[in-house]
Amino acid sequence: MKKWRCLVCDYVYDEALGWPDEGIAPGTKWADVPAGWSCPDCGASKGDFELVED
Amino acid sequence: MTIASLPTPTAWTDNKRYLWPLGALVMFLPLAGTIGYQLTGWTISLWLGFFILYGLIPMADRLLGEDDANPPDAAMESLAKDSYYRWALFISVPVYLGMWAYMVWFAVSQTLPWYGWLGVVLSLGVGCGLAINIGHELGHQTSPLERFLAKLTLAPGFYGHFYVEHNRGHHTRVATPEDPASSRFGESFYEFLPRCVYGSFKSAWEIEKKRLTREGKSVWHWSNDNLQSWAMTALLWGAMIAWLGWIALPVLIIAAVYGGSLLEVVNYLEHYGLMRQKRADGGYERCQPHHSWNSNHVVTNVLLYHLQRHSDHHANPTRSYQTLRNFEDVPRLPSGYAAMILLAYLPPLWFRLMDPKVVEHHGGDMRKANIKPAIREQVIARYAQPA
Repeated sequence: MKKWRCLVCDYVYDEALGWPDEGIAPGTKWADVPAGWSCPDCGASKGDFELVED
Repeated sequence: MTIASLPTPTAWTDNKRYLWPLGALVMFLPLAGTIGYQLTGWTISLWLGFFILYGLIPMADRLLGEDDANPPDAAMESLAKDSYYRWALFISVPVYLGMWAYMVWFAVSQTLPWYGWLGVVLSLGVGCGLAINIGHELGHQTSPLERFLAKLTLAPGFYGHFYVEHNRGHHTRVATPEDPASSRFGESFYEFLPRCVYGSFKSAWEIEKKRLTREGKSVWHWSNDNLQSWAMTALLWGAMIAWLGWIALPVLIIAAVYGGSLLEVVNYLEHYGLMRQKRADGGYERCQPHHSWNSNHVVTNVLLYHLQRHSDHHANPTRSYQTLRNFEDVPRLPSGYAAMILLAYLPPLWFRLMDPKVVEHHGGDMRKANIKPAIREQVIARYAQPA
């Protein structure tokens, strides 16, 4: 499971948690998150996220 | 959302490609004004930067009109990767820094009447204001070089906190009552300016404090982006004072205050009265294209690096300037940002022109608008539709 961070506002999408509020089940891989989904905090597009390196 | 696309998208060329360096070239204008003064002796020439901002640019927007060029999807990737655009932006940074140092020197070393001195300082301030917009564009990019240049560009105008507050503050709270940088219906520019400046400084400090605490560091740690930016300002201002004496300080301060006010007057235009609605769980809906005011006049588009295509900017904040697109069905200002600045300075005119637009945008249901708290109930009642 990986994490992806919004480059604008630092919100982190955690694949393990998903985003159930909007039907994105826990365990949903970043690649499977719909292309039109955007950052819940600042509205930035999926393309504005980067992989979090541990 | 409709995007005008050409029949053969692969053949698309950017008709503004060779105009983008104008953003760097305008930084020479305050300097050109001082040369004009030395050649002719006309004090008015020292006000060149000022006249161009308030006179020439709004007029040129009116004459040359709107900008119908929109890159189609197929052209986006190559346009984004074309390093020409990076350099066209970078070049403005040394030009600005050189102009800034020269103008400060000129203001303190020449014997000028007070109204000549003021022209020099305010023309320099116009440069500082434009530079914050360049810092804005650089600060949204992700490479360390661009992020360093963003802080450097904000430093002469003492606006480094903007680097922190804009991305992580404004972009998350945009078009909500909690955002210091989103103006409210019924709020004049003169009420907005102190609220925005104070709120933005405070927000920038808290954002970095929160980040550093999370990382187990003190807010005074050297990696605090606010402290880094302010240290650059201290270094640059200190160098100018060491060179020219304390007499340079009023020049530095007045140009910075005026330059900052130019950035904030543009902030004032961008989201006036618009508001994201609250969801059932108490959070705000996402920022969408109808939460920003847009313009698309070609001259201001070039000089502000497409800042006016503001809905696209909030939807795709790290998208670089050359790839921002104009949308048809978004809130639209009656003129370019440059002309709207003049209107914002005159609140009765601003309210007369913009308030009906905000009311129309919300279909008369002003409960959905971001309104100055003191008049909120009154405004909602005034425009409520009879049931």
